[in-house]
Formats: sequence, structure tokens, C-alpha cells
Amino acid sequence: MSDNAPFVRIADVVKRFGDAPPALDHISGEILGGRITGLVGPDGAGKTTLIRLMTGLMVPGEGKVEVLGFDTVTSAADIQAAIGYMPQRFGLYEDLSVQENLNLYADLRGLPLGERTATFDELLEFTDLKRFTTRLAGKLSGGMKQKLGLACALLRKPRLLLLDEPGVGVDPISRRDLWKMVENLTKEGIGVVWSTAYLDEAEACDSVLLLNEGKLLFTGSPIELTERVADRVFKVSGITQGRRQALARYLDDENVVDGVIQGEAIRLVMKPQTMPGGPDDGSVTPKMATTTPRFEDAFIDMLGGGPGGRSKLAETQTPFAVENAKPVIEAHGLTKRFGDFTAADTITFDIPRGQIFGLLGPNGAGKSTTFKMLCGLLKPTAGEGRVAGFDLRRDAAEARNRLGYMAQKFSLYGDLSVAQNLSFFAGVYGLSGTRKRDRIQLMTEIFGFARLLDMSAKDLPLGLKQRLALACAVLHEPEALFLDEPTSGVDPITRREFWTHINGLVEKGVTVLVTTHFMDEAEYCDRISLIYRGRSIALGSPDELKAQVASDKLPDPTMEDAFIALVEGSEAKEAA
Amino acid sequence: MWWTRLRALIVKELLAVLRDPKGRTVLIVPPILQLLVFSYAATLEVTNVDVLVLNRDNGHWSQDLVQEIQGSPTFRSVRFTNSPDEVRLSIDTQKVIAAIEIGPTFSRDIEAGLPAEVQVILDGRRSNASQIVSGYLGRIVGALAAETPAGKRMAADAVTVVARNWFNPNLTYQWFMVPNLVASIALLIGLIVTALSIARERELGTFDQLMVSPLRTHEILIGKLIPPMMIGLFHITIYILAAVFIFGVPLRGSLLLLYGSAVFYLASVVGLGLFISALSMTQQQAILGAFLFMVPAMLLSGFATPIENMPSWLQPITYVNPLRYFLVIVKGVFLKDIPAVEVARQTIPLLVIAIVTLSAASWLFRRRLE
Repeated sequence: MSDNAPFVRIADVVKRFGDAPPALDHISGEILGGRITGLVGPDGAGKTTLIRLMTGLMVPGEGKVEVLGFDTVTSAADIQAAIGYMPQRFGLYEDLSVQENLNLYADLRGLPLGERTATFDELLEFTDLKRFTTRLAGKLSGGMKQKLGLACALLRKPRLLLLDEPGVGVDPISRRDLWKMVENLTKEGIGVVWSTAYLDEAEACDSVLLLNEGKLLFTGSPIELTERVADRVFKVSGITQGRRQALARYLDDENVVDGVIQGEAIRLVMKPQTMPGGPDDGSVTPKMATTTPRFEDAFIDMLGGGPGGRSKLAETQTPFAVENAKPVIEAHGLTKRFGDFTAADTITFDIPRGQIFGLLGPNGAGKSTTFKMLCGLLKPTAGEGRVAGFDLRRDAAEARNRLGYMAQKFSLYGDLSVAQNLSFFAGVYGLSGTRKRDRIQLMTEIFGFARLLDMSAKDLPLGLKQRLALACAVLHEPEALFLDEPTSGVDPITRREFWTHINGLVEKGVTVLVTTHFMDEAEYCDRISLIYRGRSIALGSPDELKAQVASDKLPDPTMEDAFIALVEGSEAKEAA
Repeated sequence: MWWTRLRALIVKELLAVLRDPKGRTVLIVPPILQLLVFSYAATLEVTNVDVLVLNRDNGHWSQDLVQEIQGSPTFRSVRFTNSPDEVRLSIDTQKVIAAIEIGPTFSRDIEAGLPAEVQVILDGRRSNASQIVSGYLGRIVGALAAETPAGKRMAADAVTVVARNWFNPNLTYQWFMVPNLVASIALLIGLIVTALSIARERELGTFDQLMVSPLRTHEILIGKLIPPMMIGLFHITIYILAAVFIFGVPLRGSLLLLYGSAVFYLASVVGLGLFISALSMTQQQAILGAFLFMVPAMLLSGFATPIENMPSWLQPITYVNPLRYFLVIVKGVFLKDIPAVEVARQTIPLLVIAIVTLSAASWLFRRRLE
């Protein structure tokens, strides 16, 4: 094996599970030493399967995988001795301390006693966990857990490091740290595979394998991929009224491949040799400028463009009168204490009718607690929450009749069929007779469930599950929609479609509260509250938050830049 | 409005159990197993007994005795020996459960009108079976004694006991066991189905979805209560049919009383299941909790051993066991025509248990929201 031979060679691999379409469909590719190779794709694309094939824990149905010169079928043990593998939920023992976890993995990996002190020192230094060696692993934050997992995978310096979605559940700051660590490893010649569903992570990789539904869409450097949409990405700013309506109109233009809201502006990907027109809303002519293409723009372009701007769901929605100035969702000094730990500290905001409000923050910062208090799942220790004017404690049932809820994890009944799920949720929200039939019929048409009605919900592909969850949440035409990380893991096309519906509903006067850790989802919000350590550390429109952190060094910060700067600023203030 | 919501929840609960392959298995396999195991295998009767005879007498009285033993259907094999050592060895190695030793003067003593003795050696390690075998042998010897000249002379002025078993004249074991099973299967299914229902929703994350819907807490509880009761009634019906048509157990009392009290019984069982479910965070905990309750509940119910035989400090614990009351009703309805007043007397404690457990479950349920 020569020095610049690829570390991993994947040759025409097919892997099937049961009768389902293949999890991996004729995949070929190479992974080189000394670089970070991104394994990119939405959930269910086949990333984990491919990684497990590389570890030799799973055998390909057809084709061949060769790792460091060994065949994964015949020499799995040789491979496993030479690689480091960090599965999605790394097997940390939550009831052991950081040091005990390290000791245990050193034993398991047969690290000689003499080398331990030096190796532990180096790894604890490297992961910045030195201060926490006696802390139980279960008490670490998501980011620290991933760092400890990484340290355990690095105990015997591997030649190839396989990381399965290390960025999940990790806030942007820890994610940056983790990335820097891995980058340092590549300088020593280690090959790194970083799998991810976040397309912004993909952009930073040296090369990527882009997977979608088991098929390889692209392999090469991310720049090569984004080049295909070079000069076709525009930022339209200066839209004075109705950016959501403007976006919907743009998306219906056949020359527009993709469009998303970015704060006050709209980002458009155009077909080759076309230019976006004006938004036709009688406002002053908007400014238009080409902008740097992103990985996601190219991905959507490859998939043949995003969905149109029309939401049939919104069109059939009876509008709510906007003139009533009373806010639909109100939080007044919401506080939640668990023992002496304050999970949420006097959180106050209100959301006027027809707006999207976002709760943004690292995991465990208190955004879920706040969210749960507002939809009645948790009783606040102090303060009050109101939905459509009804107190959540005194008139809980009245308030709940007016809200729709959609949770991060697919939380419909997996064993029930699509039709049974729809029927159950219709019944629970008190729909019966013709109204129930009509609403279910309408959802079936809008979301294309007709052929799937008898299928068990758990057997649906992720994108369809997400559609079904939305359908069930809006069956009873709620005034307020509560969305808890609604699109995490779904492919970008489904995400676009989802936001088209939400934008349409908001235009009809539906009010939305959303928690997210996707920075581009945050851009859809009218206002955002940034929650950190139980407190709201910033409140404002996405552009306002970005402007707060703009500096000479960073004249045009992204949402993620703003997030990191604001959190670091708050930490500095606390330390002072 | 509330009826629409409740109906949707009940239909969903039934579908969730029936469409889940694991749920279906729970409904089908344990009932069949329990019916087979308890009614055929786990028998309390002593049959197929092997005995050893050491006969040192040559007279015809000892021959008569041996023939009586050989002729009894209880004994599978009767072996003979001449050596006391073999008696010890056979008992020790559990080849036989009892040995009968007839002394050399047995027949002579009888003819002479003197007291004659038979020694029976039993395996005390199998105490229950030994006692029963001893009883059988005693009866055979007693019958023989009545035939002796001395016995005949005494019969004229002796008091004789004639036992007649009411309700189960032949003491058929299955007449006693199968009605018991009607009660215990409802306990098993009712507990497991309910214990899993809330825990499963917690684990899958659908519970939050229920809690944000307009369903009120008591509606959720009722919606969780009724489906397992329906399933329990279904199993009770199947077992009643099996008892009557497969095992030929007489059904002498009123089915109406049986079903009427079964509703209260099931409510108390499901109440316990909901309480366990509300306590558990995962399905595993719920199943463990259900069994933790079920095993003592079976033992402390009078199912296999009479409650009156338990130590007096233990007996009060059986008062909180719903199985205890329903067993009286089921056996009463099957084997005798139990009067309605007695059924009511046993049903009131069931009602109390149901009210207490359901209130506790609903309290726990609300508390978990904090």
C-alpha cells in the first residue's frame, strides 16, 4: 500500500434490508488520509449504513469495501484494530466519571499501562476536559459528551477515524471546537470521515460523498459542487412589505430553482442565464446582488429545484382577523425551577397574530422548558403563559383546543395507519361527521396520502412522516402552532415545502412558536429569543441580532456568527 | 364533544394493541399457555404413584390387602421385595414414594381377633404428595379392616363416616382449577395491557402529543381504562366457554352476576395497571412492575392455598387483592348457585379498590406534569 493510496475504497456497494428499497444503491467512492471527508445527506440517506460497512460490523450485499488495504469481509478484526469509530450515540457510561470512562476504554482497547498517563494527559488537554475528570459522563453537556467520545475513540491513535453525526445535539460553539480538533488530527495524516445531515458542515469538508435515499449524488470537493450554481444565487433585499408573500411569488416563477427567507432579505437560486424580477408588490425596486453559493443551494439544484410557493393548505385555511391587536401567545415572567436548578428564568415575550417567533439556543439551555410551559406540558414555578387569551393553567382545555403541536421526534402512532392517525387526531380535537370527513379528505389531497392511507405510519419515509405530523397538527385549524425542532433531519426539499406551508398559514393569521437549532430556520422567524442558561439573552428580528454583532472584522455576520458572539458575550458578562 | 374525543381515544387504544405484533402476541400466547399449563400440567392430584410392598406374611389377609392396592387406579406400579435394605434404597432414590411393610403375624392376628399392624414408610421430602398417598392407603386398610371378623362384629355398634363432596362430587381437579383461571387470566391480561399503555406512549414520545390535545386528564384515564376492560371481558368469555364446553365444568349460577361483578373486578385490575404505568418511565419498568404485583397477588388470593391457612398477620394483606374477591365469585357461580347478596358482598371491596387505585393513578398522572 503506497502512501497516497486511498484509506477506504468503496466499490459498487449495495446493501438491502428486507424488501425496502436498497439502503445503499451502487455506491462507489474513496476516502483519503489527512483530510476530512464528509458523508452528507438527510436522515435515511444511508450514512450510518455506509460507516458500519467501513467498520466491518456489517457486510455489503454486493460490491466490496476495502479499508487500509484490508477487505471488510475477510479481515474485519485487522480493520477494527486500526480505526477509531464513534457511533451516533457514543457508548459512554453515564454513571462513570470522565476519567473512569477513559480508563474503561483504555482497558477495552488494550492500551499499555505505561502509555496511559501520557495519552490521557494529551487527550484531556486536547479536548479541554481536564477540569471535569471527576464529573459523571451523564452530567456533561451534549458538546462535552461528544468530546469525551472523541477522546475515547482516539485512545490508540487510529489511522482512520469514523465519526457518525458528531454534530447532533451539539451547540454551534462546541461544534466549532470539535471541528477544530478533528482538523488538527488530519494534519497528522489521520483520515477522518464526518457524517452529517447539516449542509453547512458539509461545506467545510475537504471532500464529500453526498447521499440521498441510498444513492450517491456527488463525490468531490464541496467547491466543485457549489460551482454549478455560481452566479445563479441572488440576495434580494429592500422588500418593504410581505417578504413571505414575495417569496411565494418568486417560488412560483418557473425560472426560480430555490428560494428561502434570510431575515429581511430573500435568497434565490435562478435557472442558468436568468435574473430574478421585482417582487411585484408595488414597493420600491428592491436591491439585487449575486452572493456566494452555498452547499445547500447546489444540493437543491441537483435534486431538480425546490417546491413551488403555493400552499394549498394555507389557501384552504379560513383567515383569522389580524386587526385584533391582542397577542396570541404570551409569556409573562415564565420561570421553572427543578430543585435549586433554574431551567428557565423570568422569560417574557409576546407574539402578535400572524407572526413566527423562534426560540433559539444550545441544548439544555432552557428553550424546551420554555416551550413546554407555553403549550401546557410543564407547570411554571412562577409567571404565566397564555394562548389565544386563555390561561394555560386555569383554562387549559380551552387553550389546547386552539393550538396545534408538532414535536421534533416523530410522535404519531407508528402502529396505526395513516388514515387511523388522521382519524384519531380529528376525533381528539372534537371533529366529527362531515367536518371530520372533509378535513381528512382535504389533508389527504394536499399532502398526497391517497395511496398511503393503509400504511403503518412507522413504515413511512421520514419526509412523509413529517408531512403526516404537520397534517395532524393542523387538522382542527389551530390559531397557534407550536413546532418543536420540526424539520431536524429531513431533506432540504421537504424542509422547503414545510416552510412554504407555514409561511402561507402565517399570512392567514396563524401564529407560530418554533424552537430550532437550524440557523437557516431561524431566518424564517419574525423575531427570535436567544435562550442561554435559562435566560433570554437577546430578543429581536434576525437582522437586528446580526446587526448587534456586526463589526469591522465581520461586516456581514451569519446567524451562526451572531449566535456564537451573543452567547460568548453573555458568558463574558457573567464572568465579569 | 367529549364523547367524540373519548371515542377517538378508545378506538386508538384498541388499534394500538391489535396492530402491534407484540401486542397481539400478549393477547394470544399467555392465555393459551396458562390454560394448558394450569389445567393439565400443574395438577394438585396425586396419581401415577409407585409403591413398594415388603410382605412377610403368608396369610390370605395380606394377599387381599396387596390386591386392593394393586387394584386402585391411584397406584401406577406395585413392586415387591423381601429386603428392608431395598425399602430404604428405593425411598432414598425416589423410585417409590411409599413402602408398605406387612408383619409376619398379620393374618394370624386378624384371625385371632388381635390388633394387626401395617407399617407405611413415606418420603417426607415430598410432604404434600406423601400425605395424600398416606390417606389413600389408610382408606384401603380401613376398608379391609371392616371385612375382618373383628371388624364385622364391631360394625353393628360403630359410628361410620360417609363423606360426600358437594358441588364437585368426584373432586375433579379441573372443576376447581378452570374457574380459578377465569379470574387469573383477566388479572394477567388486564395488568399487562394497561401497564404498557402509558409507558409505551411515554417511551415513543406520543404522550406529550396527548397532553397538549384538548383531552382532559380524566378523559385520558377513562380512555385508557375502557379498552383493557373490553379485552379482559373478551378473555373471560373465552375462558368461560372453554370451561363449559372443553372441560365440562358445570355452570350453575347466574352469568349476569358473573359479568356484572367482572366489570368491577376489571376496573380494579386496570386501576392497578394504570397506577403501575403512571409510575414507570419505560415499558420495561412497567412489565417488571406488573409482575412484581402479579406473583404475590396469585399466591395471596386463595388460588392454590386457602387464605385461612396463612398466618394471621399475613391475612389482612389479602384484603387489598382484587383476585381474592373475584375467585369467590367465579367459583361460586360455576360450582354452586351463589346468591346475589354474596356476590354483592364480594363486589363492594372490588369497587373500593377500583376507586382508590384510579384516584391514585390520576393523582400521579397530574403530578408527573409538574
